[in-house]
Amino acid sequence: MSALLIGSFQLGLVYALLGLGVYITFRILNIPDLTADGSFTLGLAVSAAFTVAGHPLWGILAAVLAGGAAGAVTGLLQTKLEIHPILSGILTMSGLYTINLMVLGSRSNLSLIGSETLFTLAEKLGLSKDLSKTMVSLLVTGCMVLLLSWFFKTHLGLCIRATGNNSDMVRASSINVEGVKITALAISNGCVALSGAVLAQYQGFADISSGVGMVVVGLASVIIGEVFFGRRSVTIGLISAVAGSIVYRFIIALALKTSFFPAFALKLVSAVIVIIALAVPTLGRKRNLHRLKKEARRHA
Amino acid sequence: MLEIQNACKTFLPGTVNEHVALDRLDLTLEEGEFVTIIGSNGAGKSTLFNAIGGTFLLDAGRITLGGQDITFLAEHKRAAIIGRLFQDPMKGTAPDMTIEENLALASGRSRGLFRKGVSKADQDRFAEALAPFGMGLEDRLKTKVGLLSGGQRQALTLLMSTISHPKLLLLDEHTAALDPAAAEKVMHITRHIVTRDRLTTMMITHNIQSALKTGTRTIMLEGGRIILDIQGKERDEMTVAGLMELYRRKGGGELANDRMLLTKD
Repeated sequence: MSALLIGSFQLGLVYALLGLGVYITFRILNIPDLTADGSFTLGLAVSAAFTVAGHPLWGILAAVLAGGAAGAVTGLLQTKLEIHPILSGILTMSGLYTINLMVLGSRSNLSLIGSETLFTLAEKLGLSKDLSKTMVSLLVTGCMVLLLSWFFKTHLGLCIRATGNNSDMVRASSINVEGVKITALAISNGCVALSGAVLAQYQGFADISSGVGMVVVGLASVIIGEVFFGRRSVTIGLISAVAGSIVYRFIIALALKTSFFPAFALKLVSAVIVIIALAVPTLGRKRNLHRLKKEARRHA
Repeated sequence: MLEIQNACKTFLPGTVNEHVALDRLDLTLEEGEFVTIIGSNGAGKSTLFNAIGGTFLLDAGRITLGGQDITFLAEHKRAAIIGRLFQDPMKGTAPDMTIEENLALASGRSRGLFRKGVSKADQDRFAEALAPFGMGLEDRLKTKVGLLSGGQRQALTLLMSTISHPKLLLLDEHTAALDPAAAEKVMHITRHIVTRDRLTTMMITHNIQSALKTGTRTIMLEGGRIILDIQGKERDEMTVAGLMELYRRKGGGELANDRMLLTKD
C-alpha cells in the first residue's frame, strides 16, 4: 500500500507540470488549449531520443523548447491567421503526431532501459532508487512553481493575466494582445512538454499514444485543486494545480487497487470528473432558480 | 496637437444599411485644449473617437497627433499615446487583478518585460496619485478591482488612462452609467487631472449644460460633420436654449433627445 502511495505521489508531481501548463491556458489566459495532447508526447519523444543518445539533461531542455515552439505555432494560428482557438489546438496536435513519430525514429515506442536518466544520475549522488524518483520530481515541479509564480508578477506576466481577464481593457491599452497570447501558449506547452519529458525518463520508455486525453487529465488536476484551495491568487492557483494532480493520482490508484473499475476505464473516469466539476456551479444556479419559481408560485 | 483632415468613414457601403458616419470631417486641436462634443444619436461622435483611437481605419483622410502621422498606426501602439475611457466602468479594468496591478499595467513597459510588475516605488507613486480622489483607494492597493463600485472603478480607469501622460485623452460619456453622486465625483476628478496635467482632451457628453460648463471649447456633430464650433466669449454666453435653437437652424430638426432634455446637472 505504501509503495502505491509513494508511486502515486511521484506520478502526481510529474503530471503536476502538465496541470501547471493547463492552468496557464485554461484559467489565466482563459482559452482551452488542445495542443497539450500533442506537446505532451512531443516532450516525451524528444526527451527519450536524447536520453537514448546519452544526453538526459539536454533532452529535458530540448523538450521544453520543442513544446514551446508547438505552443507558439498554435498561437500564430489563433492570432495571425485568426483560426478558432479550439481548432488551432487540434490542428497543431494532429500535425504533431507525425513529428512525434519522426522524433521516435518511425517507431511507436522507444525503451530507455540501460540509458542514463535524471533519476539514475540522482542515484549516483547516493540516493536510493525510490528517494531519487521523489526528490527529482519534487525538485523539478517545485522549481517550476517558483519560476511561474515569479513570472506572473513581472510586467509580461501581468500582461498575460490582463489579456485573459478583460480583453476589452487590453484592446484599449498599449499591450500587444497577439504577442502576449503567443507567449502564454508557448510557456504553457513548454510546461506540458516538460511533464512528458520527465515522465519518459521516470517510466523508462516513450509511447506515441501517451498524450491521448492529457488535456482532460490536466483539467481534472486544476479543477480538483480548486475544490481544496478555491480560486484566489495566481500563486495559490499554481500550488492548487500541483495538489490537484497528486490527489487525482491517489484517487486513481485507490480505484485501481480496489478494482473499483478496470484500468482501461481511466479516461472515461477522468472525463466524468471534469464534467461534474464544471457542471456543479451551473446546476446549483438552476436549482436556485427552480426554488425561487416554486416559492413564487406558492405565494401567488 | 491633434489634426484631422478630410476624415471619411462609411459603414456597410453598398447595402441598404449603408451609413455615412464621418463625412469629410476636419478638426484641429491645440495643445491643452479641452473640447466637449455633443450631437444626437448616430451623429458620428463615437465613430470619431474610434477612428482616432484606431479601432478601425478611415476610408479616407489623415490623422496626425503631436506631429506624428497615426493614420495607419496599430491600435495598441496608439494606445501608448492616447488614453481612452468608455461609458461602461467594467471595460477599463481587469476585475481579478489588484488596484496596483491594474495601475502597473497602465504605466507602461518602459521598465522591461521581466522586471517586477509592481515595485515599492510604484506602490508609493500609486498611493500618492490615488489620495486626492478622496475615495480611500490609496489604502486598498492590494484589493481586487472587481470588489470596487462603478464610480471607484471609473476613477481608477481615469488614473490608468492618464498616468503615463498621454498626448490625447478621449472620454466617451464616461460618467453616463454612474449614479448622480458618483458621476459628479468622477467629473470633478476629471477636471482636476486634465487641468493639472494640461492634457489635450476630448469629451463626449449627452449633458448640454455640462458640455458648456466643462472645458474650453464645444463642438456639435451632425451627420458626420461638425456643424457648430464655439469657444471663448461666444461659448461663455451660450445657454442650453440658445444651443438648441442653433441646432434647429443649422442641423434641421429638433435636438430632441430625452436624455439631453431630462438630464439635470
